[in-house]
Amino acid sequence: MLTRRIIPCLDVKDNRVVKGVNFLNLRDAGDPVELGKRYSDTGADELVFLDITATIRSRKTIVEMVEKVAENVFIPFTVGGGIQTVEHFDVLLRSGAEKVSVNTAAVENPHLLSEAAERFGSQCVVLAIDARRSSKDACRWQVCVKAGTEPTDIDVVEWAGKGEKLGAGEILLTSMDADGTRAGYDNELNRAVRRGRKAGASLRGHC
Amino acid sequence: MIVVIDYNIGNVRSVCKAFSHIGCDVKLSRDAGDIDTASALVLPGVAAFGYAIEALGDAAELVKDAAGRAKPLLGICVGYQLLFAKSSEYGQYAGLGLVEGEVIPIPPGRVIPHMGWNKVKASAGMDLFAGMDENKHFYFAHSYYAKVADAQAKVAYTDYGFDLPAAVQKQNIYGTQFHPEKSGPAGLQVLKNFARIAGEKSD
Repeated sequence: MLTRRIIPCLDVKDNRVVKGVNFLNLRDAGDPVELGKRYSDTGADELVFLDITATIRSRKTIVEMVEKVAENVFIPFTVGGGIQTVEHFDVLLRSGAEKVSVNTAAVENPHLLSEAAERFGSQCVVLAIDARRSSKDACRWQVCVKAGTEPTDIDVVEWAGKGEKLGAGEILLTSMDADGTRAGYDNELNRAVRRGRKAGASLRGHC
Repeated sequence: MIVVIDYNIGNVRSVCKAFSHIGCDVKLSRDAGDIDTASALVLPGVAAFGYAIEALGDAAELVKDAAGRAKPLLGICVGYQLLFAKSSEYGQYAGLGLVEGEVIPIPPGRVIPHMGWNKVKASAGMDLFAGMDENKHFYFAHSYYAKVADAQAKVAYTDYGFDLPAAVQKQNIYGTQFHPEKSGPAGLQVLKNFARIAGEKSD
């Protein structure tokens, strides 16, 4: 059966890896290609790079970064941030990424997940969800978009199930409440999303 | 020189980079002359089956002819699935038919896609795994699998609640459901073994 995976997830801004707490107070953490190679050499099973600026200008830089990572790293890696069309998937997969993650664009146009799955296979399609515990109902989490800046009324557990049905092969779940706090995984959230789902919830965040 | 077939499909670059990394002479091409003079061919692939076979287009016949003339051929992931006769992924499609069997969905009752690192148990005499410890881990990412029905094929398996074929070898035809180019040192060793089969140098 499958082995448990260790997947470092690197947030990239202006071609640098950054770390923050609860998505705020970002500080520089190094070069993405060098860090990716170091994680890979020291036994990481996979890597995730998320372009958290995701502007049109930064997309070109991200493609260049993906090409450099692919030259140096021989484990799977996912790239995300600002992905809006299947053509964006195509460019990043051709540049050497194994999977592409979508977040805001999938909320705005859920069929992007099925279009991408049909063309590239669902194993390439990762649905990234930024989850924040609802202030109205402590047993629920709400989906936040645009790098966590805009909360929606969408329920995280429902959205994960729907995304999976549409074609996402993996869920990249980030707890905004636990992000960067070094308090460990938000297991209450993780368990809630895992329940009743088939896809291999790849869990990210924290520490 | 090893020729990786360029058919406008995901991850061709990773496969080329991995061969370069182990010191192999490698070229990305779908040119008839290159395919003819190559020491071996590689069919990579990250895509759905139907999209892949369509994108392969007229290169399909060139690859089949070369394989028929005993040129070593390595299919990876969807490239491996293309070696079989047919697939039912998003429709019914014919493959290259070099190995008997069909590509069908992984049966329900487990997490799908089968995605992550899993142990592979090779049969005796499988050249891709030469000199390696038994039970190495490799990286898988797929929702369909090839049900091998070829008495001449040697098959390696991985356990996914059933014996899931992870690699085949039939004369000069090789294929891996897993991604050797994404499986760290064990994967690079598989590619080195393929380079040796092709008579190519590697580090």
